[in-house]
Amino acid sequence: MKFCNFVKSEAIKVDLVAKDKEAVIRELVGSLTDNGQLKSDEQENIIQAILKREELGSTGIGRGIAVPHTKHPSVNEPVGTIGISQEGVDFQSLDGEKVQLFFMLISPPDRPGDHLRALENISKQLQDDMFCRFLKQSKTADDVKQILEEADNNQFVS
Amino acid sequence: MSETKHSAKLVITNPQGLHMRPAYLFAETAAKFNSRIEVIKDDIRIDGKSVLSILTLGAGQGTEVDLEVTGPDATDALSALVDLVSSGFPAETEAENT
Repeated sequence: MKFCNFVKSEAIKVDLVAKDKEAVIRELVGSLTDNGQLKSDEQENIIQAILKREELGSTGIGRGIAVPHTKHPSVNEPVGTIGISQEGVDFQSLDGEKVQLFFMLISPPDRPGDHLRALENISKQLQDDMFCRFLKQSKTADDVKQILEEADNNQFVS
Repeated sequence: MSETKHSAKLVITNPQGLHMRPAYLFAETAAKFNSRIEVIKDDIRIDGKSVLSILTLGAGQGTEVDLEVTGPDATDALSALVDLVSSGFPAETEAENT
């Protein structure tokens, strides 16, 4: 599943103000809600579901990257966005490094295949160092959109 | 030190497939062993100790993968990983299947 099929580009945040894990999750869910991608009356519930998932084990997978996610019945298709923190945020990552790059994903519970395919794409692209470096250096949402388009066109990995 | 390769065929049985939590549990179990652990799906061969690499397989329920373990503790590693996958990742519960 390509980025353009689930990343909501209007909700991309290239300069997260959040300084801790919960605040990052709130900021990104808030951005998706403000842009009409999530229902505002479900916002708090989605935040709590993502926090609960983090309690099972951090989705900070190392190398400054985290994939906070949940399955939630209020969405009909995978809804995702990207956040970048210039300073980095402590996310209790596997390698102890601060996280700069966040891929948030909220998937419908009854479509596990879509969730897997979104994770598959994110993880494949993240294995490319250049893709990660370009994203971390992005200064505008348009920069991020352009990198995602290039990734969708297999310009980083095949 | 034995470098014999031990291998097994595995079928992903849990309904949600190898999403992030099972991938993490697999990599965590694999990392306890010194042996080299590789998972093969079709023509893709990945490091079974890397969460990110496991996720790139996009292995849903019913997917068949091969597991190849090489090293001094290969027998134990293979057995632990086969148990984990064939039990459908018991550390996951329905409410936590994200």
